[in-house]
Amino acid sequence: MSLADDSLEETMAVTMTVNGERVSRAVPVRQNLIDFLRTGLGLTGSHIGCEHGICGACSLRLDGAVVRGCLTLAVQADGAEVVTIEGLTASGEAADLQAAFVERNALQCGYCTPGMLMTAAELLASDATPDRDGIREFMSGNFCRCTGYQAIVDAIETVLRKRRRLA
Amino acid sequence: MTAEIKAKLTPLDRPNTYVGRTVSRQGARKAVAGAGQYTDDISLPRMLHAAFVRSPYAHARLTKLDVNAAKTAPGVALVMTGKELAERITAPWLGTLTCFPGMKAAPQYPMVIERACWQGEPVAIVVAQSRALAEDAAELVEIEWQELPAAADKETALDRTTPVIHPDLGDNLAFEKTIGSGDVDAAFKAADIVVEETFRFGRHTAVSLESRAILADYNKPAERLILYTSSQAPHMIQTIYARMLGIPDHNVRIVAPDVGGSFGMKIHSYGDEVATAAASMALGRPVKFIADRLESFVSDIHARENLIKARLAVSRAGDIEAIEIDVLSGAGAYSQYPRTSVFEANQVLTITGGPYRHKHYRAKATVVYMNKVPTSQYRAVGHPIGNSVGESLVDMAAAACGLDPLEIRRRNVMPDDGYPAVTAGGIKVKELSHQKCLAALERRMNYAALRAEQAILRKQGIYRGIGIAAFIKGTAPGPNGYYGIGGAPISLQDACTIRLDPGGGIICAVGVTEQGQGVNTVMGQIAATTLGVPLDQVRVISGDTDATPFGGGTYASRATAIGGEAVLKAAGELRAEILSIAGALLQAPAGSLDIVDGHIVDAGTDRRRISLKEIGRIGHFQLHELPNSVQPRLSVTHRFRLLDDLYILTNGVSGATVDVDTDTGFITLRKAWVVEDCGRIVNPLLADEQVRGGFVQGLGGALYEHCIYDDAAQLVNGTLADYLTPMAGEMPDIDVAHIHTPTSVSELGAKGVGESGTASAPAVVMNAVNDALRPLGARVTEQPMTPEVVLRALGKI
Repeated sequence: MSLADDSLEETMAVTMTVNGERVSRAVPVRQNLIDFLRTGLGLTGSHIGCEHGICGACSLRLDGAVVRGCLTLAVQADGAEVVTIEGLTASGEAADLQAAFVERNALQCGYCTPGMLMTAAELLASDATPDRDGIREFMSGNFCRCTGYQAIVDAIETVLRKRRRLA
Repeated sequence: MTAEIKAKLTPLDRPNTYVGRTVSRQGARKAVAGAGQYTDDISLPRMLHAAFVRSPYAHARLTKLDVNAAKTAPGVALVMTGKELAERITAPWLGTLTCFPGMKAAPQYPMVIERACWQGEPVAIVVAQSRALAEDAAELVEIEWQELPAAADKETALDRTTPVIHPDLGDNLAFEKTIGSGDVDAAFKAADIVVEETFRFGRHTAVSLESRAILADYNKPAERLILYTSSQAPHMIQTIYARMLGIPDHNVRIVAPDVGGSFGMKIHSYGDEVATAAASMALGRPVKFIADRLESFVSDIHARENLIKARLAVSRAGDIEAIEIDVLSGAGAYSQYPRTSVFEANQVLTITGGPYRHKHYRAKATVVYMNKVPTSQYRAVGHPIGNSVGESLVDMAAAACGLDPLEIRRRNVMPDDGYPAVTAGGIKVKELSHQKCLAALERRMNYAALRAEQAILRKQGIYRGIGIAAFIKGTAPGPNGYYGIGGAPISLQDACTIRLDPGGGIICAVGVTEQGQGVNTVMGQIAATTLGVPLDQVRVISGDTDATPFGGGTYASRATAIGGEAVLKAAGELRAEILSIAGALLQAPAGSLDIVDGHIVDAGTDRRRISLKEIGRIGHFQLHELPNSVQPRLSVTHRFRLLDDLYILTNGVSGATVDVDTDTGFITLRKAWVVEDCGRIVNPLLADEQVRGGFVQGLGGALYEHCIYDDAAQLVNGTLADYLTPMAGEMPDIDVAHIHTPTSVSELGAKGVGESGTASAPAVVMNAVNDALRPLGARVTEQPMTPEVVLRALGKI
C-alpha cells in the first residue's frame, strides 16, 4: 500500500467495480490504473513491465476489452468494470487455459503470464478460430523473455481446439 | 521385474523415479493465478520509495549539485548524493579478477561523486512517500554539468585523441590476452585455402520483463539488514553488501522472492541498489527501488559488443587446419563487479572453433573501456559470438571447398569416441557427442528434402536459406577456473540441506535459485527419487540466505548439474539415516529395508512396514521408542563442486531455415531445430523449454536487439518501442531433441542446458541467411542482421 499522504497530490473520487467488487477511492489524478490496482487495492497479479504500452504485462479487462493498465489513468476507470487476473481466476472463466499453461509449461518466470492470459482469454472469448500463425499474431502485443512463445501458442491452440470442439 | 535387473538399477532408474519424467511446476500453478510474489509485490509498514537522478551525459563533470529544494519537497524523507553515499561505504568496487593477469580497472563508487562516466550513472537518490513524489522531487535537484568528450567507439578507444576515462589507468585498455596452440603461421602459410572475414556484434541487454527490484529493510535496534531483491545469487549479494556497508555477513539477510527473469543480468552489483540499502540504513525504514524500463536500459549491464577479425585455413579436401581470431571487445565505463567486463572476450577466445579437431589456433582479445553502460555476463556469455564467428568461417570454408555445410562438419568435428581431448582453444573436453548430434539433426530436419525444396524455390525467386551450426557450451564452472581462482566472492560449489520433519514432510533447502526455469521442481524430483517419497511430500526452499545453505545461486547453467548433485548426495545420506532408524525400530538390518512411495518397505517384496511420517513422529517426538544409541539428526547438509574440470562442457548442433526478401531485406524465420547433449535430463519438458526460450533469446540478438549509441555515447533507442525484442508473431517453432551422454563428474550425470539455445541461435540463423544470399554473392557479417544490414550486404543501399 502506498503511504503517500493524499493531501500531497491532487485526487479525484472514483467508483468502479473491480473483480465484481464495488470500490470507491480518492485516487491521484495522474495515477495509472495499474498502479492504483497494485498499490491502492493490493491486486498485485497484474505486473508492470515497461510503463509505455509495449510489453503487455499490465494487460487487464476494462468494460470487457483488454487494455494496457499503464496507458489508462485510474480516473478513466470511474464507473467502469475492471477485471484483473485475480478476477479471471476467481470466475473460473480461464481455468482450462490456466491448466493448459501449467501442463505445457507455457510460462517460466511467470511475470508476463497474467497479461498473456488476459489477452489469450480475449481471443478464446471471440468468434475467431485462428491457426498457429493467427494465434502468434494475436499474441504479438505481449512480450515474454523466457519461453520463446512456442509453448504459449501450443497451450492456447489446445484450449481453442477444445472450446471450438475441433479436437 | 526380476531381482537381478532390480539390483542393477540405481535409485535414479527405479520404476517410481521422478528423474527423467515431466512433472508440472508448483510455481507455474501459482503464477497463472496471479499469485506470484515478486519484489515489487511486497509492501512493508512505513515503506518509502526511491527514485534516482541520473547523468544525462556520457561523460561530464559535476559542477553544481544542490539538493535543498528536493529535500523540502512534499513527501520527501531523504536525498542522498553520491558523495554522501561514499562516506557510508567501506570501499569502492574494483572489478578485476586475479585470473586475468594485467587487467586494469578503476575503482567504482555506487553513485557519481564528481564525474559521470556513462549516461544513466546514478547521481543522487531521492526517497519519498511514493515513487511519484520521489520523481517529482528528483526534478527539483539543481544540477549543472561540464560536458566532457566521450569515448564512444571501441575502434578509437585507444587512440591518443580519445579521452582517457580513468586517468589513473593511463589509457582505456582494460585487458589483453592471447591464447594459442600449434603453429598457426606455418599452417596458414601452407594452407590450400584461407577464408577470412570481419564480424561485428552489436551491444544488447537482457530486458528481463521484471526489471531490477530491491526492497531494503534496515532494523536499526537489531542492526539487521534484510534485502528483498530480484537476484540470482542471494549469498553472493549478502557477502558483497555486508562488505560494502560494513555489516557482518550474518546480520544481512537476502530474500529473492519470485524473480521475473534475470538471464545473468541480475547477478551483478548495481550502485542504485546499494544506495537503496544505504538509504534504508540512514532512515531506519524500508525503502523500495524498482528500476523503470527507461532506467533499466541505461543501468542494467549490456553485453556482446565485439568486432572480430577471423580467418580459417582449410585443405582442398575440406580439413580444417587452423583458425585465428582477433577480438576487440567494447566494455563500458567500469568493469562490472564482481564478475568483470572481460569475461565475454575471454569466452570468445576459448570457445571459437571449439567443436573441431584442428590443431593450430591463435586468439587475441583486446578489451577497451568506453563511456557506455558497463558490460558483463549475460546468458551464454561470449558463446553466441564465438559460435557465430567459428560457424561462419566453417560455412565459408565449405563453400570454398565445394562441400555441403553438413558434410564439412561431419568431416571435422571431434569424434564421439575420441575423448578425453583438448580443444585447440585449450579446453579439456570429454563425453561430447558432435557426431551423434549431427546425425540426429540431419534426420530431424530431413535435410536432403530441404535442400531439394530450396533448389526449386530458387528457381521461383525465393531465397530460402538453410543453416547448420555446431556448438560447445561451458556449463557449471568449477573452482579451479575463473571465479574461485580469481579471488571473487562467488561460490563455485553448491549445497543442499535436507531434513525429515515430524509430519513426514521433506524440506529440501538449496543454494541454487529459481527464476522460472523449474529449479525448485527439478531439485524436488531428485530429492523425492533419491529418498523414495512422493514428489508432493517434498518442499524445496530456495532464495533466502536465512533458510538455505550457502551456495553460489543460479548462473552459467549450473543449477541442475551442481545443485542437483548436492541434493542427490544429501538425500542419499538422509535416506541411509532413515533406514538405520527404521532398522532399529523394526529390529531389521537397514540393508534389508527400502523406502518406496513414502514408506519403509522390505527390500525386494516392497511389503510396507512403517511410514516416513511415523519415522518423523518418533524421530522428533516419541524418542523413547528408540534405543539410546540412536540419536536422530534427520537433517543432512551436502555440498558439491567440480574438482579439476574447468566446466562441464556440453555440445550440440542446430539448424534453421529462413527466407530472405532481397527487396526489403526482411528475414522470415521458418523453422529451427536444436539437438543438444545435456547428459541426464531430470525433467524433459523443462529442459526442452530452456532450449526453446534460450534459442529465441539468441535470435533476438541476432536479428533485432541493439543498444544504439551516437557519437556522444548517448543511447538513442532506450525504450521498448525502439529496442526491438522477439515477439510471438516473428518467432518460429523450434524442434528440440537430445543426445544423452551423462557426465562422469557426478552421479546424477546432468550437464547444463539453460544457455545452449542462446549460444547456438545467432550462429545458425546467420549461416541460414548467408546460405540464402550465397547465390547473390552477398554475405552478412553483422549482428543484429537488420533489413538495413541485409540490403547493404546486397549492395542495394
